[in-house]
Amino acid sequence: MLEVTGLAKAFTLHLQAGLRIRVLAHVDLRVDAGQCLALVGPSGAGKSTLLRSLYGNYGADSGQIRVRHGDDIVDLAAASPRVVVDIRARTIGYVSQFLRVVPRVAAIDIVAEAASGDRRARAAALLSRLNIPARLHALPPATFSGGEQQRVNLARGFIGGHPVLLLDEPTASLDDANRDIVIAMILEAKAAGTAIVGIFHDTEVRDAVADLRYHVAPIQDAA
Amino acid sequence: MEHDTLLSARGLTLHFGATPALVDVDADLWPGEVLAVVGESGSGKSTLLNVLSGRLAPDAGVAWYRDPAGALHDIHAMPAPALRTLHRSDWGFVHQNPRENLRMAVTAGGNVGERLMARGSRHYGDIRAAAISWLEQVEIDADRVDDLPRTFSGGMLQRLQIARTLVTHPRLVFMDEPTGGLDVSVQARLLDLIRGLVRRLGIAAVLVTHDLAVARLLAHRIMVMQRGRVVESGLTDRVLDDPRHAYTQLLVSSVLGA
Ligand SMILES: Nc1ncnc2c1ncn2[C@@H]1O[C@H](COP(=O)(O)OP(=O)(O)OP(=O)(O)O)[C@@H](O)[C@H]1O
Ligand SMILES: Nc1ncnc2c1ncn2[C@@H]1O[C@H](COP(=O)(O)OP(=O)(O)OP(=O)(O)O)[C@@H](O)[C@H]1O
Ligand SMILES: [Mg+2]
Ligand SMILES: [Mg+2]
Repeated sequence: MLEVTGLAKAFTLHLQAGLRIRVLAHVDLRVDAGQCLALVGPSGAGKSTLLRSLYGNYGADSGQIRVRHGDDIVDLAAASPRVVVDIRARTIGYVSQFLRVVPRVAAIDIVAEAASGDRRARAAALLSRLNIPARLHALPPATFSGGEQQRVNLARGFIGGHPVLLLDEPTASLDDANRDIVIAMILEAKAAGTAIVGIFHDTEVRDAVADLRYHVAPIQDAA
Repeated sequence: MEHDTLLSARGLTLHFGATPALVDVDADLWPGEVLAVVGESGSGKSTLLNVLSGRLAPDAGVAWYRDPAGALHDIHAMPAPALRTLHRSDWGFVHQNPRENLRMAVTAGGNVGERLMARGSRHYGDIRAAAISWLEQVEIDADRVDDLPRTFSGGMLQRLQIARTLVTHPRLVFMDEPTGGLDVSVQARLLDLIRGLVRRLGIAAVLVTHDLAVARLLAHRIMVMQRGRVVESGLTDRVLDDPRHAYTQLLVSSVLGA
C-alpha cells in the first residue's frame, strides 16, 4: 500500500543564520494492506516529521513515497500539489495530534466534510460511538475539552475509510474507556484492509494494534 | 497552457516607473480550485489580480482563460466587449472595498438583480426571487431587499457584494482582501460563508490576502510574493508548515498560530 525508500528530510532555518537541522535520512519502510506500523523513538527523533512527510505536509528532500492511489502507484514525494490533494481525498487519511478548529463550523460538519455520500448520518454515528453526546454535535469544537476535540479529530480521520491512515498520538488525551474504543476502531480498520502508520506513546495501545515497528533514530551530526 | 487549466499565466511582468510590481510571474488555476496569493504590502498581489483579470495589461508575458466550450482566450488580446462580457458572466470580482463594486443609490435587491439583468434576464419576478434567495444565502434578512446599501454595516456590505458577484454563478472569482477592514468576529462569519459557497458551488478563485490564516482556511494552493516575484508556491499547508524560502519563514514566524 505504502512504500518509502531513501527518504531524507532536513530543515534550513534561514532566520537562524541558515542553521540546518537534519532530521530524517535513509528511511526505508513498507506497510501492506491490513498492517499497522508503529513509529518508535525518543522525543525529537523525527517521528512526527516522518508522518507529516507521508501526508505531503512536509516536503521530502530526497527519496520516494510510493502509494497505491486508485489503480496507480504514485510517488507522493514528487507529486504536484493537485495530485497530493487528490491522494488526501481518496487514499491517505491523517489524524493530527490536535484538532485545528475552524471558526463557526459545527463538530458534525467538520467530520462530515471529510467524507462523501450520506455523510451527516455517518458523522453523527461516529461521534456518538466516540462518546461525543448528540447535544455537542451542532456546536463548533472551539470550546470542547482537549479529549473531546481529539475525538472529533479521530472521527474526521476515520470517516473517510481511506486505504491508508496516518495517526499521530491518537489516544494521547483520552481516558481508558475512550482509548479502548479507539483501539477497537483501529483493529476494525485493519480488518477491513487499511494500512496504518502511527505514533503511539501508550505502549498498551501500541501492543494492541501494531504488527511492525520502525525505529526513528536521532541524527547526531546536526551540522 | 497547462492541460485543462481554467486560467494560466506565463512570464507576467509589469513595472510602474522603477517599481517592479510583477516580475516573471507564472500561475495556473484549475476548475474548482482556490489559489491564495500572500505577501507583504506592496509585493504585487493586487497588481497580479488586476493583470490576471484583464483590468491591467502587463509589459510582458501572457495570460489565457479557457471558456466553458474549451476555447482559449488571450486575456490581454481580447476585444474590450468580449472581456466585459466575461466579467459579467463567467467571472466575478470581489473588491476589498465593497463600495467599488456596489451601486450605492440602488437597493440591495437591485444590486444583486442588476448582474442578472446585465446577463440578459428579463423576468422581474424571477430576478427578485433570485435576489432574495441570494441575500438569504449571505445571511442578509430578506426584508432588507428594498433598503439602500448605505444603511448596511461594513460586514453586510461585503456580504452584499458577494451575493452580487455570485448570483450569476461565475466559474472564476477574483477576490482582493475580501475580509480586510472588518472586525475579527465579522471576518470569521464572512470566511465561513465564503468557504461554504466556494465548496458548494465548485467555484475557482484567486484570493489575495495578507492573512495566512485566511489562506489556510480557504485555499488549496498558495503563492508567496515578495517585491513582485513569486518566491515560493505549493500546497497551502506544506508552504505554511514547512516553509523553504527565507521570506516565507519570516512571514510564517511573524504570526501566531497561522
Ligand atoms: N516545521 C519545522 N521546522 C523546523 N524544524 C522542525 C519542524 N518540524 C519539526 N522540526 C524539528 O525536527 C525534529 C524532530 O521533530 P518531531 O516533531 O518530528 O519529533 P518527534 O519524534 O515527533 O518528537 P515527539 O515524540 O516529542 O513528538 C525536532 O528537532 C524539531 O524541532
Ligand atoms: N497604478 C499604480 N501606479 C504606480 N505604482 C503602482 C500602481 N499600482 C501599484 N503600484 C505599485 O506597485 C507595487 C505593488 O502594488 P500592489 O498594489 O500590487 O501591492 P499589494 O501586494 O496588493 O499591496 P497591499 O497588500 O498593500 O494591497 C507597489 O510598490 C505599488 O506602490
Ligand atoms: Mg511528535
Ligand atoms: Mg493590494
